Amino acid sequence: MTIAVERREPPRVSGGESENGHLDELRVDPLALMNRVRAECGDVGVFRLADRDVVLLSGSRANEFFFRSPEEILDQAEAYPFMTPVFGEGVVFDAPPERRREMLHNQALRDKFMRGHAATIADEVDRMVAAWDDEGQIDLLDWFAELTIYTSSACLIGKRFREELDQRFARLYHDLEQGTDAIAYVDPYAPIESFRRRDEARRGLVRLVEDIMERRVAAPPAPEDQRDLLDVLMSIKDEDGTDRFSADTITGMFISMMFAGHHTTSGTAAWTLIELLGHPDELAAVDHELDELYADGAEVSYQALREMPHLESSIKEALRLHPPLILLLRVAKEDLDYDGFVIRAGQMVGASPSVSNRIAEDFPAPDTFDPGRYLVPREEDRTNPWTWIPFGAGRHRCVGASFAMMQLKAIFSVLLLDWEFELAQPLDTYRNDHSKMVVQLQQPCAVRYRRRGTPGSRRGASARSGPGSGTGSGA
Amino acid sequence: MMRVSVDLDLCQGHGVCESEAPTVFSLGKNETVTILDERPGDDVRSQVEAAIRFCPTAALRITEEE
Repeated sequence: MTIAVERREPPRVSGGESENGHLDELRVDPLALMNRVRAECGDVGVFRLADRDVVLLSGSRANEFFFRSPEEILDQAEAYPFMTPVFGEGVVFDAPPERRREMLHNQALRDKFMRGHAATIADEVDRMVAAWDDEGQIDLLDWFAELTIYTSSACLIGKRFREELDQRFARLYHDLEQGTDAIAYVDPYAPIESFRRRDEARRGLVRLVEDIMERRVAAPPAPEDQRDLLDVLMSIKDEDGTDRFSADTITGMFISMMFAGHHTTSGTAAWTLIELLGHPDELAAVDHELDELYADGAEVSYQALREMPHLESSIKEALRLHPPLILLLRVAKEDLDYDGFVIRAGQMVGASPSVSNRIAEDFPAPDTFDPGRYLVPREEDRTNPWTWIPFGAGRHRCVGASFAMMQLKAIFSVLLLDWEFELAQPLDTYRNDHSKMVVQLQQPCAVRYRRRGTPGSRRGASARSGPGSGTGSGA
Repeated sequence: MMRVSVDLDLCQGHGVCESEAPTVFSLGKNETVTILDERPGDDVRSQVEAAIRFCPTAALRITEEE
C-alpha cells in the first residue's frame, strides 16, 4: 500500500520582479537575498536566476539531503556556467561524472604527501617575506593571492613549474577570478568588461605556459627526480606521434587544478589575520601556542602542524564567518521530493555556507568571532556536520580541505613567529566584494608588519630546512 | 568490543585512517577505504580513535558491542 502525500511547490522569496528575477540582487547583495529566503520561506525557498529557479536549502536536514545526493540526481556539471570560459571547454565541470570523480581524486592531496607540502609552503612564505623591510605595509588581497599561486603550483604541479612563475601569472590569474559575474547565467560570453579581461587573461596564461613548454623542449631533459606534471603531460603522445595535449589544454588543466585552492585559501588567510588582529586575546593565545610548539626549533612539517587547537580554531572561525564560497549549486536531473516539497528536473538546487554557518540554534552568538566554539567540549563543527559547511559536506566535501588547513597553519607558523601585524584601517572597513561569484576581499585591505625583536630568534634554524628533512620532527 | 564502520557516502579516500591505524584500514589505490578488521582488539583502540578523530570527512564510527 502506498500513502498519497500531497506534494507542494516550495514557497518563493519576495522581490525579483524584473526580467532576470533575482539575478541583479545576487550580483549586488547575495547575502541579503539568501538570508531573506531562509527568513521568509524556512529550510526550503525559491529565488529566480534569469530563466531558472533556484531551490535554496538550509538547515541541517535539508543540507544533509543536498550533500548526500549523488551526482546522478543533483549534478554539478551545468550549475556553474561562469567557470567554463575560465577553465576552457572540456575541462573539469564539462567532463562526465565518472571522469570527474577520477580527476577529483588527486593523488597530490593524499595524506602521505602532506608533510612534504608543509615544508614547501613554509619555504614559499620565507621567500615572500625575504623581500620585506623591517617594517612596512602589504595589501592582503595582492599578497596572499600571489603567495598561494606559488604554493599551489609548487604542491599540485611541481616545483620545477613553480620556479618558472612570477607576479605576471598571479595577476592574470586574478583577472580570471574576477571574470565570474553571475550574469554568466544569462550569457557566459556577454560583452562586459570583466569577461573581456577574463578572456584576455586566459590567453595570456596560455602564452606563459607555451613559453615554458618551448623552453623545456629546447633544453636538455630534466633529471628524473625533478620532473613535474608538465613534463609528464608533455611526454604523452597520440598514436601518430604528435603531442596529446596542447598548451591551451594543459593551461586549462592547471587553471582548474589551482582554482579551488587559490582564492579560497588566499581569502581565508587574509580573514584569519584580520579577525585575529581584531581580537587581541585570541591572537595572544595563538602566539603563545606557536611559541610553545616551536620552542625547541621544531620544523614546520606536518607533524608539528597537527596539533594547534587555537590557530586551527581561529581559521575555522574565519571560515565560518567568511566562507569563500557562499552558494553551492547543483541541477536536479529528475523530479525530487524533499519534505513534501517538489523539486522539478531542471531546477537548480543550492546550499549556502554563509546562511547555514550562522544559524543561531547551531552556533550560539553566530555573528561573534569565537574560536572557543571548536574546543572540547563544544566542538560546534563536529556536532553540526551538515550546517558547519565552509568546505561543503558529504560526498562533495572539498577534497582539499586538509591540504588547506595544513597550508594555512604553515603560513601562520612562519608569519606569526617572525612578524608582528597591525590593522592599517578600521576593522569594519575590511569587507568582501560580492559582485562576482568568486568572492574576494575588497581593496583597500592593508595591514602593517614589523619584524619581531631579534630576527629569527623565535624560530629555530631547522624550521627553514627544506623538504625531505621532515621525517624526524621530534615525534 | 568495538565495531568499526564507514559511511561510504562520506568517505573520499584521503587515507588519514590508513596512516593512523594501518592494521584496521586500507586505502591502497582505491577511491574509498576498506576495513580490514571490523572488530579490532583493544590494543589498537587509541589508533582507531585517532583515525576517527582525524578523518577529514567524519566518515568513520565506532559502536560498542557485547
